[in-house]
Amino acid sequence: MLLELTGLSKRFGPVEVLSDVDLAIDAGEVCALVGDNGAGKSTLVKCIAGIHAIDGGTINVDGRPRGISGPRDAAALGIEIVYQDLALCDNLDVVENLFLGRERRRGLVLDDDAMEQLAAETLESLAVRTIRNLRQPVASLSGGQRQTVAIAKAVLWNSRLVILDEPTAALGVAQTRQVLELIRRLADQGLAVLYISHNLNDVFAVADRIATLYLGRMAAVLDAADTTQSQVVELITSGRSGSLGLIDTNGVRP
Amino acid sequence: MSTPVHLKEDRPEAATEPGPARAIALHLKGYWNEVRSGEVGALPAVAGIIALCAFFGFSQPVFLSVGNLANLFGQGAAVACIAMGLVFVLVIGEIDLSAGFASGVCAAIMAVILTDWGWPWPIGIGAALATGMLIGLVLGTLVVKLGIPSFVVTLAAFLAFQGVVLMILKEGTNITINDETVKAVAGGNLERWQGWALLVLTVAAYAALQLQRWRRRVERSLVHEPLAVVLARIGALAALLTGTVFLFNLERSANPQIISLTGVPVVVVLLGALFAVWTFVLHRTRFGRHLYAVGGNHEAAVRAGVAVDRVRIGAFVICSGMAAVGGIVAASRAASVDPNTGGSNVLLLSVGAAVIGGASLFGGKGTVRAALLGGAVVAIINNGMGLMGLSAGVRFGVTGAVLLLAAGVDAMSRGRGKLFGRH
Repeated sequence: MLLELTGLSKRFGPVEVLSDVDLAIDAGEVCALVGDNGAGKSTLVKCIAGIHAIDGGTINVDGRPRGISGPRDAAALGIEIVYQDLALCDNLDVVENLFLGRERRRGLVLDDDAMEQLAAETLESLAVRTIRNLRQPVASLSGGQRQTVAIAKAVLWNSRLVILDEPTAALGVAQTRQVLELIRRLADQGLAVLYISHNLNDVFAVADRIATLYLGRMAAVLDAADTTQSQVVELITSGRSGSLGLIDTNGVRP
Repeated sequence: MSTPVHLKEDRPEAATEPGPARAIALHLKGYWNEVRSGEVGALPAVAGIIALCAFFGFSQPVFLSVGNLANLFGQGAAVACIAMGLVFVLVIGEIDLSAGFASGVCAAIMAVILTDWGWPWPIGIGAALATGMLIGLVLGTLVVKLGIPSFVVTLAAFLAFQGVVLMILKEGTNITINDETVKAVAGGNLERWQGWALLVLTVAAYAALQLQRWRRRVERSLVHEPLAVVLARIGALAALLTGTVFLFNLERSANPQIISLTGVPVVVVLLGALFAVWTFVLHRTRFGRHLYAVGGNHEAAVRAGVAVDRVRIGAFVICSGMAAVGGIVAASRAASVDPNTGGSNVLLLSVGAAVIGGASLFGGKGTVRAALLGGAVVAIINNGMGLMGLSAGVRFGVTGAVLLLAAGVDAMSRGRGKLFGRH
């Protein structure tokens, strides 16, 4: 397993936001993370990213326990996160954004040509055809193109796990489709993808497995192929669906 | 890299190389499209310079004389230097209201060292520059580390430096500068042959850089400009500089028998050198890239691991350092320093110059070229209206109107940009 969370818990003061969460993600698969507002999705992501320190449990990467105490640690382990509010600079062009903070240089001088070439190769390897001009400012791109740049920025570095937080929330139908195809390609190229979304149509279109959080607990992790949308909806809203899900759902441990 | 990398043998852009004339036409068309979509760049400032020159040249023929042209550079140099520095703080979305009086403080310190103490010029100029950078370090630290808005910090400094100048100059006396080297900064001229030599060196260096860059991009099969465009640009620079050196090498003294006045003014070379250095810093170094990133999206810069605090403080250091250069130039031109050096409207004209040239007060946008072009507009208005015999009142009014016009163009290009999906 590339990433394995066992018994993860996190509290903010007296509030237990995550309790005893288990989740495993392997290379080459898209694992969707769903749950209602406040279920703990964002907190879980921030724990993996090292933004929040965990209060209990272990995070294993490649089968070994790792202490992730900051975004740098996460990046060193090959974990990259694409945030909902796209961290792109509107006034910089595509190449400049892709390499921001990790510019290539020859001596003192920026090696813009090498960066442009590497950017072109990365976009090509992702089969991105929607961005023609790598030297146009990001401000002039559409929402889907911007999301594409943000994702490409995450895979440009030797990343192995890409976490996407609501990447299609603000996109139209066609652009959502482009981004979903891109997510699928990431997995097909051997990356692990943790995909957070509210939109179950998108989730079923792209995910191999679906993990449902309910009030900070992992209700179920199911194969998308053997699951129906209504089951997932029940898991999201009540924490259980038939024989699936939590045994008791009032927040008390059995 | 876990993603396989495919090297594409040939790109369609490289495969279909159009003929030179067609290539240039396509290039111009691309530029025009950019302008239409709101990327006006230097266009308004250049158009303004041409229109102003035509107007003043028509109404006051002496305006276009070589003597006046040289004069124009001397008059505008101090403001242009300060404006170049201001571009750095404008790019990160801050402002420095104290740059004018910072230049006054630095000039006053230099004057005391040179004239009162009689020390050699390298110490005087060095002390002025060091003072400027120290001022920038303090201002930047206050803004960045304590989080006080730059408007407030530099407004306080604006008031305080006014007092510092008075104290250094002992309640408003005037210190004369006698050092010939310092006076030559704004008043000296190169020998004729030095002008030509500099021209050859500059064009050769520019051509080498451009051609090397073009070749690298071809080798990497990246999208590149047609060679004709690169050559045309080198040719344009060569023609422009040849014309400039030729004009400045003409005799421009009113009484050539008594005193001969020829050669490229030193201050023109200084402005050119500063332009080259700061353009390099802004566009070819990591620091420059990070300045734009901080100005464009502070949060994104932080997440990308940019050392945001250092970058922001660096911008203030450069700004105040350039203010010191402006102070030296102003002191050199007047051959003296008084409490008004760097005072009155110097700061406002400098900010105006940067904005007229295309820097944005909202951050993320601005070039050194903008400061020079805007400085030229401001200098031409002052010089031309002075020649027309108009009062200072009218000059202020017109400069204000031009600044408003420039800000309007900026706002409109912003609006147009929105239409095309920018900002």
